[in-house]
Amino acid sequence: MHAAVVVFPGINRERDMAIALEKTCGRKPRMVWHKETDLSGIDLVVLPGGFSYGDYLRCGAMAAQSPVMRAVRAHAERGGHVLGVCNGFQILTEAGMLPGALLRNASLRFLSMDCHLRVERADTDFTRHYQRGQVFRAPLAHGDGNYFADDATLDRLEGEGLVALRYATPDGAIVPEANLNGSARNIAGIYTPNLRVLGLMPHPEDLVDPLMGGTDGKPLFDGLVAALAA
Amino acid sequence: MIKATVTVMLKDGVLDPQGKAIGHALHGLGFGNVGEVRAGKVIELELAETDPGRARTQAEDMARKLLANTVIESFKVEVA
Repeated sequence: MHAAVVVFPGINRERDMAIALEKTCGRKPRMVWHKETDLSGIDLVVLPGGFSYGDYLRCGAMAAQSPVMRAVRAHAERGGHVLGVCNGFQILTEAGMLPGALLRNASLRFLSMDCHLRVERADTDFTRHYQRGQVFRAPLAHGDGNYFADDATLDRLEGEGLVALRYATPDGAIVPEANLNGSARNIAGIYTPNLRVLGLMPHPEDLVDPLMGGTDGKPLFDGLVAALAA
Repeated sequence: MIKATVTVMLKDGVLDPQGKAIGHALHGLGFGNVGEVRAGKVIELELAETDPGRARTQAEDMARKLLANTVIESFKVEVA
């Protein structure tokens, strides 16, 4: 798997992501500066977490207009895989590549804690190493992760099976208490209709080694490596 | 030079926790008659333009493309 990690000014999670990718696929990802526009030879483009352009105007709004995003969009239109984590998810919604928007957390607090995620389907390249309904732990670190979309969009996402992950209790219950940031219908991550673009707020890349305190996030990367091995 | 003022607000029905927090704080200060509070953004643009109509059209285009996220926000343009 040839992966690229896009580096926007103001992000700070690109190295965690690069470590997770290298650890799981055995090859260092290409770090791509936001002014670059060449993604040839890349299987997976990752938009990592952080605070691109200082979160000015809205989280991800400036990054969505940067030169590299034209190439990311073209990559996705060719059927390429894209993973957006945290600020990366915000950028994908601001770019219109995923529907909806990420609002300020309902509590108004920046959340830095673990959450539990329920895998809504296990037949995608991102989740093939999980079981459907499986719950895994992932760290959260965001102030604007409250997923919002109008009811028609939410119904369509659910009807078409495009909800990837939901905030859950450790035993898999989808209840308000597990929905730390107030997201609509506990949604933590969503896919494009071709299931090749995933955006999610939590950080699976931060649990890929026992030294990090767990390996709950590793199956996501292992699944991608298995799907994109070539 | 024409100045355009773009006011961006969260749409009705979109939760505005900042507005709520401001409302709570105002109540705490004794302003008990405050009802719903909503917070937004004001963006002032200086445009190298002489025609107010064109300035408005341009500012609206900017609002749609960048200044507002029309999934969650509405905007209003004033030209002076």
